[in-house]
Amino acid sequence: MNYHWDWLFFFQEADDGLKYYEWIISGMGWTVAVSLGALAVALLLGSVLGVMRTTPSRLLVAIGDTYVDVFRNVPLIVQLFMWFFVIPEFLPEKLGLWVKQELPYLVTAIIGLGLYTAARIAEQVKSGINALARGQRFAGLALGFTEWQTYRYVRLPMAYRIVLPAITSEAMNIFKNSAVTYAVGILELYFQYKQIIEKTSQVLEITIVVTAIYFGLAFAMNRVLAFIEKRSAVPGLITGGKGGH
Amino acid sequence: MNDFDFGVVTANWQFLAEGLRYTLQVTVVAMIGGIILGTLLALMRLSSIKPLQLFASAYVNFFRSVPLVQVILAFYLILPMVLQLFTGQPMPIGAANSAYFTFTVFEAAYYSEIMRSGIQSVARGQIAAGSALGFTYGQTMRLVVLPQAFRNMLPVLLTQTIVLFQDVSLVYAIGATDFFGAADKITQRDLRPVEMYTTVAVVYFIICFTLSRLVKRLQARIAIIR
Amino acid sequence: MIEIKNVSKWYGSFQVLTDCTTHVNKGEVVVVCGPSGSGKSTLIKCVNGLEPFQQGSIVVDGTAVEAPKTNLPKLRSRVGMVFQHFELFPHMTITDNLAIAQIKVLGRKRDEAIDKGMKLLDRVGLKAHAHKFPGQLSGGQQQRVAIARALAMDPICMLFDEPTSALDPEMINEVLDVMVELAREGMTMMCVTHEMGFARKVAHRVIFMDRGAIVEDASKDDFFGQPRSERAQTFLAKILQH
Repeated sequence: MNYHWDWLFFFQEADDGLKYYEWIISGMGWTVAVSLGALAVALLLGSVLGVMRTTPSRLLVAIGDTYVDVFRNVPLIVQLFMWFFVIPEFLPEKLGLWVKQELPYLVTAIIGLGLYTAARIAEQVKSGINALARGQRFAGLALGFTEWQTYRYVRLPMAYRIVLPAITSEAMNIFKNSAVTYAVGILELYFQYKQIIEKTSQVLEITIVVTAIYFGLAFAMNRVLAFIEKRSAVPGLITGGKGGH
Repeated sequence: MNDFDFGVVTANWQFLAEGLRYTLQVTVVAMIGGIILGTLLALMRLSSIKPLQLFASAYVNFFRSVPLVQVILAFYLILPMVLQLFTGQPMPIGAANSAYFTFTVFEAAYYSEIMRSGIQSVARGQIAAGSALGFTYGQTMRLVVLPQAFRNMLPVLLTQTIVLFQDVSLVYAIGATDFFGAADKITQRDLRPVEMYTTVAVVYFIICFTLSRLVKRLQARIAIIR
Repeated sequence: MIEIKNVSKWYGSFQVLTDCTTHVNKGEVVVVCGPSGSGKSTLIKCVNGLEPFQQGSIVVDGTAVEAPKTNLPKLRSRVGMVFQHFELFPHMTITDNLAIAQIKVLGRKRDEAIDKGMKLLDRVGLKAHAHKFPGQLSGGQQQRVAIARALAMDPICMLFDEPTSALDPEMINEVLDVMVELAREGMTMMCVTHEMGFARKVAHRVIFMDRGAIVEDASKDDFFGQPRSERAQTFLAKILQH
């Protein structure tokens, strides 16, 4: 193979005056920003939706179920294009214009990726709550808790502990999924990857480096959540293996 | 832009249908290839031969940690180089063709995890029963364990295939004309993003929603038979 | 204190309670027994509205449970309940298990709630375990904590839903002892249980249920002396063999 290896190209100056490794670092920053922002949106909204789907209210269950159905059955890239190019047209004219011209791309991308991921988090939260013994809700109610208080003090704290491993893998996935936001103009890591390949043709070096960075990000997320998992572990309790009543 | 005109969709339906056909082709090829390759990987991972175990787990972990768009682009660029290495001459295979390969290899990692838990879900007694009948390890796997594992995991394999069907839209990264790519190309020419993207979203939704409901029904039926 | 009148309940088309009528007077201890699936657990869960019912009425201390305007959380905070599977909150220490409802429902100060909890924990003989989590205690200990948790709310009456049936045999007595003591202090109690020794010792009345209906409702002496129904006789014969 007459491929010309050149690891030093990372330190060459690109045509915007920055060095290629600086492109990568900047892309990494955007990847982290989109991912963490979207994760926050997803955790918040996903929790609300997950709880809604376990309530006795048929309306709330229907809303939650419909959300999950819609957001799981349309590809992420199509969803992002909808948020960027379609939804603004359906907003009141001034608001639509503001979204298109003033609202930073980053925010729209975070919302798009966040709402997509929320559907997955909602599934996890729902299954976590349903994994708890029915008696826990009864015990809360019997002490005089309102339905909401049983969620707040009894059911959610345990549900989160149960689904933390599943949420960990969703959180690791979000870095990978954030790569799709390049298509709507976010200058994140994958965008820079593509760009650098076009400029330099050093496909193999950049592929190795960018792959390693995605690995690293997912690993860091994994460590953070493993730490949370350890901190929140309940003495004397094996989560996941709780016998059914 | 208040006057939506879905005429742009009907006028270009053939181009869109071509795109959808390509999406389906990639899905089917990658599903079949991915399940076969994935099953092999799962068997390797569960075998007692250390190097095979290591290879399979490295393979699976690698592809599960990298963004699919990146793999699509990397394979599109690297595959011709590798082919050239063997044939000695430039081998441009094109975006559309490289996707078949990429998706098969990529999805195999996911299918393999499903098959692995499927194989592990088959009771140990079944393996003992197979051996007791005089089957070799290979025969026990082929005749006893894999059919059960496959049946138990069928709903999960199909759910993964629905994900795969959606993921094909990412060939956008190399400009191949799948369903979404077709819509995007028409949009670039006719500047009707609202009509085109909405149509794409709705069609994807209808197909995936219907399929996932069918999978759910299948799951209920399998649960009853078991 | 508790008035149950003509209560019927269905799960879909399946009737689980048929026209149940009984009462528990203030200071009275009533034991509810019967074969599994007889509806006794369902009935006791109707008393504090954990299970809804379609017909009849239940009045607890002057409040109708089924009335749509009833503030159920408030009513439940005054009625203590102990469950078969303890249902302590696994992610909280014993101290917090005892204090949380006092603080969040009754609005007590944290210090006051912990103080009260400690006193009751001492009473059930578990003061040394205050800092532990439920998963670190035995079943019998957990159930005693659960009783203390209910008592911490200063309940006007106590409901027990098979409090000993999930326990290993050697732990049953430590829980029954606490219940006997409570009964002797004059607590109003409705207990779903198969522990006939407990019934003999402290019950005033015994209710026997079968297939969703109250078959027998008699004073303790009448029930053990001469149960009228054949089904109650068979049931007693079976249970007393153990």
